[in-house]
Amino acid sequence: MAKKAKPEHYISKFEYGLKQAKRYRLLYVMLLPYMLCFTAFTIIPVVVSIFFSFTQFNVLQPPELIGFENYIRLFLDDPIFLKSVKNTLLLAVIIGPFGYLFSFLMAWLLCELPPKLRTVLTVIFYAPSISGNAYVIFTQLFSGDAYGFVNSRLLNLGIITEPILWLRDEKYMMLIVILVSIWMSLGVGFLSFIAGLQGVDRAQYEAAEVDGVKNRWQELWYITLPNMIPQLLFGAVMAVTNALAVADVTVALNGFPSTNYATHTIINHLNDYGIIRLEMGYACSIAVLLFFMMLFINKAVQRMLEKVGT
Amino acid sequence: MKKQKLTKNQKKMQRLQKQALKGQKKIYHSKFARMMTNSRSNRSLSGSIVLLACLFALSLVMLFPVVFMISNAFKPINELFIFPPKLFVIQPTLDNFHDLNELLADSLVPFSRYIFNTLFIVIFGAIGHIVLASMAAFPLSKFKFPGSKLMSEMVVMSLMFSSAVTAVPNYVIMSYLGLVDSYWSVILPALSMSLGLFLMKNFMEQVPTALIDAASIDGANYFTMLWRIIMPAVKPAWITLFIVSFQSLWGATGANFIYTENIKPLPAMLSQLTGSGVARTGVVAATSLLMFIVPVILFVISQSNVLETMATSGIKE
Repeated sequence: MAKKAKPEHYISKFEYGLKQAKRYRLLYVMLLPYMLCFTAFTIIPVVVSIFFSFTQFNVLQPPELIGFENYIRLFLDDPIFLKSVKNTLLLAVIIGPFGYLFSFLMAWLLCELPPKLRTVLTVIFYAPSISGNAYVIFTQLFSGDAYGFVNSRLLNLGIITEPILWLRDEKYMMLIVILVSIWMSLGVGFLSFIAGLQGVDRAQYEAAEVDGVKNRWQELWYITLPNMIPQLLFGAVMAVTNALAVADVTVALNGFPSTNYATHTIINHLNDYGIIRLEMGYACSIAVLLFFMMLFINKAVQRMLEKVGT
Repeated sequence: MKKQKLTKNQKKMQRLQKQALKGQKKIYHSKFARMMTNSRSNRSLSGSIVLLACLFALSLVMLFPVVFMISNAFKPINELFIFPPKLFVIQPTLDNFHDLNELLADSLVPFSRYIFNTLFIVIFGAIGHIVLASMAAFPLSKFKFPGSKLMSEMVVMSLMFSSAVTAVPNYVIMSYLGLVDSYWSVILPALSMSLGLFLMKNFMEQVPTALIDAASIDGANYFTMLWRIIMPAVKPAWITLFIVSFQSLWGATGANFIYTENIKPLPAMLSQLTGSGVARTGVVAATSLLMFIVPVILFVISQSNVLETMATSGIKE
């Protein structure tokens, strides 16, 4: 028996793709401007970073390939980098989960309120993260002299006898950075939670009430959270990315470089080499490590969140 | 005799009813309690009150630095250096704003020039971002064609790392394109913010496809569809995109990219001001209030639109 003949109109997958592409060619035109910018300022920089990270490059002379030397230097010959990794991870481990839970809890509580009050409180909670550098006010609250707000209160109460250098003493610097970062952590993710919570179908809650869900915590776990997985994932991405990118706050509060590098983060280190010392190759190797760190942690957190409510 | 028996029966009935009620949760009858528990029987009133008290306490903590900043801006010089510093201003004045005004009048480059620079960057950046992002979001949200999935995934992936990672090569690329020391070095990277495209794409996905089918039967091309049908339907999304890119561009100092004083944006100039020591504490307070208040007001105006957009912001599998 002869092999089954291919139908006449049969085309390969590739040909089909080409046909589709031709059919939708106007859509590619629409995508073009955005994708050009995106390629030029996001994709190419990532690729170029990876290339530069294997070179020695100071902008003036052409890059010179040196293999893994930058990476070897990072891990074996740069104690400040290792310290910055430690600081960044410590900050991320605290700010990430706390900021995330804090945003969710606040959003959850806000949703019970009447609309007008809810709006006012949303603005109060979101305001710190809106505008670029509102955190600078903390330099006055935690100012190191007796005129600082916190110091003056503690002095008056007799808790301390001389002002504490909150922003220069290694013992307190990390604590203040964490405090300020959590203050600023109710950002886009928080808005997403509020909107998501309002979108959960009311009928499900009523059904749950009849079916014997006993209290608000059960309701949260069995109804609210499973309904909000997309928003939870989005909020997690925002939280992880922000927690690993703490840098401006430490510069504003603790100066650059901070006392004994106590709050030096990976991005501080990256800016140090990339902008001040112009060792672009070395800076790029830091950027590449941070890039993969961010992607890896994000993916891991997403894996975890998919198990919520099951 | 008969009467007494009846009451006994009634009492028995009442006791039974009470027992039956004990098995269930209480139903609150006061208006206050119903409001607090959202009229749901499985919520305890005391729990609601405790949680709300926590919420209000935390909101006061969150508000504290903001209040301090606002009242600092209106403090006269003797109150700024008082011991111990007060949270609230006693005799509010506009002195700090006058000082700021005088200082700016003396600057080499007129103050209005800095404002123009920032407005130029913010407006071109935000509007350009809206145009580019909606043009890109339309195909990605409503059609399936070769490459569409890859592009969507790349955008979600780029949400996962901050722009600090790409800052160094960005400088090299800018200088290669000859854009260093121009407005475009700040505007162009902002045009392709991935958060904007992501939000726009998700919002467009919920616009009924039937609308597009109808338009395509009527012979509309893709550009007309986007402009006439989609854009009016996604108004909350482009308002949100405006707010998001405004927030990121309003504070942009253009440091590392812009060197010429003439084209520096406002925040760069203000950071020079604030770098000049204790003598200018009042002026610094005034400027930080001004920088803070503009995006907050914009958010207050547009918050219902922003929240509507955020409702679709989830990452789907």
